Formats: sequence, C-alpha cells, structure tokens
Amino acid sequence: MSDKPGRLAENIVYFARALRAAGIPVGPGSVMDALEALRVAGVGSREDFYWTLHSVFVKRHEHTILFDQAFRLFFRKRAYFDQLMAMMLPQVVQQPDNTPPPPAAKRVLDAMFKSEAKQQPQEKKDVEIDARLTVSDREVLEKKDFAQMSAAEIAEAKQAIAQLVLPLDEVKTRRLRPSRHGHRIDLRRTLRSSMKAGGAVIDLKYLGPKTRQPPIVALLDISGSMSQYTRLFLHFLHAVTDNRKRVSTFLFGTRLTNVTRALKAKDPDEALAACSGGVLDWSGGTRIAPSLAAFNRQWSRRVLSQGAVVLLITDGLEREPGNQLGFEMDRLHRSCRRLIWLNPLLRFEGFEAKASGIKVMLPYVDELRPIHNLNAMKDLCRALSADGDGKAEAKYWLNKVA
Amino acid sequence: MAKSKLIPTSIDATLSLLSAGHYVGDRSLATVLFLALRMGRPLFLEGEAGVGKTEIAKVLAETLGRKLIRLQCYEGLDVSAAVYEWNYAAQMIAIRLGEAEGNTDRQRLEHDVFSERYLIKRPLLQALEPDPAGAPVLLIDELDRTDEAFEAFLLEVLADYQVTIPEMGTVKAAHPPIVIITSNRTREIHDALKRRCLYHWVGYPDAERELSIVRTKVPGIAEKLSAEIVHFVQALRQQELFKAPGVAETLDWATALSELDVVALDPATVSDTLGVLLKYQDDIARLDGTKVKELLDDVRAQLRAAE
Repeated sequence: MSDKPGRLAENIVYFARALRAAGIPVGPGSVMDALEALRVAGVGSREDFYWTLHSVFVKRHEHTILFDQAFRLFFRKRAYFDQLMAMMLPQVVQQPDNTPPPPAAKRVLDAMFKSEAKQQPQEKKDVEIDARLTVSDREVLEKKDFAQMSAAEIAEAKQAIAQLVLPLDEVKTRRLRPSRHGHRIDLRRTLRSSMKAGGAVIDLKYLGPKTRQPPIVALLDISGSMSQYTRLFLHFLHAVTDNRKRVSTFLFGTRLTNVTRALKAKDPDEALAACSGGVLDWSGGTRIAPSLAAFNRQWSRRVLSQGAVVLLITDGLEREPGNQLGFEMDRLHRSCRRLIWLNPLLRFEGFEAKASGIKVMLPYVDELRPIHNLNAMKDLCRALSADGDGKAEAKYWLNKVA
Repeated sequence: MAKSKLIPTSIDATLSLLSAGHYVGDRSLATVLFLALRMGRPLFLEGEAGVGKTEIAKVLAETLGRKLIRLQCYEGLDVSAAVYEWNYAAQMIAIRLGEAEGNTDRQRLEHDVFSERYLIKRPLLQALEPDPAGAPVLLIDELDRTDEAFEAFLLEVLADYQVTIPEMGTVKAAHPPIVIITSNRTREIHDALKRRCLYHWVGYPDAERELSIVRTKVPGIAEKLSAEIVHFVQALRQQELFKAPGVAETLDWATALSELDVVALDPATVSDTLGVLLKYQDDIARLDGTKVKELLDDVRAQLRAAE
C-alpha cells in the first residue's frame, strides 16, 4: 500500500467521506491525522491498518460499530462502495434531497397529528365555557387542557412554550469564585491588592461557592394514553434543551429511546421530526417498569452524574405493576438529586393516587406535579428553582389516599 | 543522567513493552498507544471502571523509565490545584521582611515575591518541566468527574503544551509529556477535546486474555481455579447487572480465593465472597444460591467441553 502514497491518500479521503455519510463526524483535520498515523505506523497487516484508522477517526464508543461496517465494505471492494453505502445505512444517511420521508417516519408523524385532528370537533363546547368565565384569550389558553386544544390553539401554545424561561435553579458547586460575602479568604487576590499599597495594608478578599444549573434528565411517556400531550411536551422539552446546557431526553412507550441529539436542532419542528424518525413505539402500550430498568442499566450512570434533576412525565397507568416497578423507581430515585413526577392526570379536581401503578411509584418521587396546561408548565418552571408549596410533595398525595 | 528507554518503533515493540510491564493488552491497544507515542498526541482512554485504564499509564511510565505525574480530577478542580499556586505565607513574610529592612521599592518587591522560589508547582506544570529521564507521563485520571470549564482549560494546555502564569510569563515544555487521559463516561467529554486526542475504548477482555491477566497478576494461582474464576466472571457479565464486575474485581476475587486456599469454586464459597465481585446490593440479591449454582454448572460444562 505504501508504494503508492498518492493512491492511499485518495483512498483515505474517500473513506473519510464514507464515514461522514455514515454519521461519524470526521473533519479534514482527522484525514491529515490519519495520513500521518499511517506514515508513522508503516502499516503492514490489515488488522494494524484497521486499528490505526480506528484510533484517528473514532472518537466515541458508539461509532465503533459504524466504523467497523464502513471499513469492511470500503476496503473489500471500492467499486461497489456507493451502492453498498446506500444499502448499508439507510437510516443514518440524511441527505437534504427531495425524496419523500420513509414510510415509518411518516406514519409516526401521522400518528402524532391525527390525535390532534380527532380532538378538534369534540372540544368546541369547552371553549365556550372557558370563554365565558375568563376575560382574555390568553387566559383561556393558559388554563386550557392541552388535550382539548384545537390546532390553532396548539400553535399558540407552542409559541407560549417557546417563551417560557426556566429560572436559574442553581446548585452550589465545589468550585470557588470571587465573592464579597464569601467564606474563604482569597489569598491570591488579597496579596495582589496589598501589593498595590506597598504591602502596608492587607486588604482581605473573599471567595464564595460558584453555582451552576444542574443537568436535567427528562423521561417522557409516549404511550397511547399520553398521546394528546406528547407533542406539546416535546415542544416544552425542546424549549428547555434550547436554553440550558445539559438536558437529556428519553422517550418511552414499550421501549426506551434517547432523543437528546434530535432535540438539539434549533427549529422545534425539525427537532420533533428528527425525534419521531428514531421512535418505533409511538402511541402504543406502556411498559414503565422495563423502560425504567433499561434507563437505569444503560444510561443512569452516564447522565445522572453531577446532581441531575429527573423529570418523569407519565400518567403512571402501568398495566401490571409488579415488584419491578417499585424496584426500578427506587433505583432511579436513589441515583438522582431530585425526582419530579409530572402527571397530566392531576388535572382532575378530585385526583387521588388510587391506580395501582401510581400507588407503587408515589413513595419514590420527591414531587408530583400537574402538567396539563400552560399554567402548570409555568408552575413547573417556578418549581424547578424553589422548594415549592407542600402540595407538590409526594407525601401529600399518599396521605390523601390513606 | 538516568537511563530512559526510547519509545518503541513498531506496534510489535509496543506490545512487548506492555507485556514487559505485566500488562496483557491486545493489538488494538498497542496500535493506538504506539501512534500516540510516535505522533505526540494525547491518548484518550474510555471504558467502564476497573478495566485497567489507569494501569496503562503506570505501566508506560515504569517500562519507559519516565516519571509518572498523576492529576486526579474531581468536582471543583481549579487552576490552583491543577497547575500552580503561590506560596502566600512565604510571600507575606518576604514582604514584611522587606519592609523591616526598609525596602520600599514596589517594583523590586513584586519581582522578588512573584519568582519561582514562591511558586508551588501542581501536576500540569510539573509535567511541562524538563526531566533528565525524558518527558514524563502525565496521567489525567477520570476527567469526567470534573466540569466543562476545566476541560476547556485543558484544551489550551494540550494543544501547545504550555501554560501562562500572569506574574511570570509562559512556561512551555521543551519535550511534550506523554499524556494519558481516562474517563469512566459518567458524562460525555466534549468533542473538541476528544478531537485532539487518539481515542480508544477499553472494553472487558475476552476469556483467554482475562485468564492470562489473572495468571500474570496473581502468581501461584491454581490453573483450574483461575480458569473457573475467569469463566464465572465472564458468565456474570452476561447477566443483567447494574454494574458488571471489571478486571480489577476479577483480580481481587482471584487473590481472595487463593488466600483462602480454595482449590475449586463451589456455590457456598461463591456466595460468601460475592461482595468482592459485585458492589451493589441489588446485584448481590439477584444472584441467590440457585442462580450461582446454575452459573457454576454452566461454567463447569463449558470447561469440560473445552478440554
């Protein structure tokens, strides 16, 4: 291979392009690195060649499998490469062309929109009642259950959600920063400022703890019983992702899907479309316990570090809550700093934690809050910063049943 | 001048270097290590806890005869703990003494006080210093424990191998250190930092390699026992556990069992010593007596078939 360096370079460039198409972010810098690495290693065997390129191009454990496939195909027969590429990775090649979206994604989108369309005719009455009691459209909108909104109202709600500002719910870190009322003497600044006066006066400067926003992890139920809400909740989570640094979002129905990356797109519609592309179990049944188990095992150690707050958004209507549900809730509760359960069922005045799934889950959550209309979302935003009124505490709801 | 070995010239040489340090690595690790050494790039090792990431840096320092400088990351790690700090007490005394001697020249005082004499060097600065034994091995351990701000700071250090001390100027390494960064992946490290490094995922070893690790690290262990231990741990990793046992746990267990003069695994011994392998109560509870027996029978059948 090394006797024709020109060909090799060309091949590496093509290979890098293939990797890029496969979804591994490979920049021109990596191509240069790869060429240098190959020159340095003076590669002889295929295995060495593989691992040399692997060490340069792969920067994430997940990408190893993509790299492996691409390598096998590419260096077996270059000629068939383009055809093979199309066959190999239909799900990750995201070309901005005019081909219609794959049927799966379309079906998901349809499923999402259908429930809203269905809702339209029956909710007319509620609008009138609400309109009589309130003064402005905005107030109507704020109090209205998401499940009862028309398409136009949903559009308005989306705008309102986009404007929600999460407060700075800050936690102390162990990092220090200059502070007038701090608790520790900052010797460095003290010394510098006393040098100004020639060292005669020692002017004490202080350090206080630095604060930062804790990471948020949202687990959103997308099963059939929640279908009227999911789309708006996704908008909400998109808005949250947009103005905070570390937000991870997972969707679960019968299985768990991580949509954190999809929600990072700036445009909410684009982000939601990307979400629906990756989810297979839209509006299906709920299996809360296995989904939580999957989260606990695969993700909790990776996303719950550094004092994360977990938002669990589900109605808690598990078909058969066995021992596993309580066990997994317990595990989840012990792995995070605060577990907040957002339950749209709380919209009903006389809500009581009677459903068996809810009863099992309640002892393990720190807070139980409603999230069925805009006001509830605003309350949530407020609650993320303050300790809240006692009403949100899980104990309140447990006592109510007892 | 202390004699230090030169860095290996081929992948095979790297592999034998590792085995000289009693590290049983595979060829993919040797390749990426060799490239990191030759290209002068930091090596970013990611993997579950207890798979021997930190050990690589130690072995490297030992076999190459270099100094190992370790920076253990933690939440709130800042420049004064990672790079340098002034010795304020000594500085204050110097100022007072200067005053007592009637020295009122501020420029002079400042120059004296902010000199190398009063500088306390922390790991990153130490790593940039020239060393007669050759550039040291800088181990930045568990980077995922610290915050993004420190990562951003590291970017600068790792790009140019230099740090700036405002009072003194820039310190640049004549020979860049060999940098090994490890992460347990409790959070994702930013791509910008990874881009500057060569990446390698350290996974659990296969049975064959783990067996040779156990036999290398626990000398004098019975052949049959070690095979049983390794296959049992391998089977355990297939179970749905919250935290699968790492190589470090296997070694601990092997040491514990050989200390207890066990010749072959039996369900009672396994249940009694399970705390060495599994560190979560849920996981231990999941493996009750019958389950352990089941696993052991499987392992025995497997070993018999291999004979």
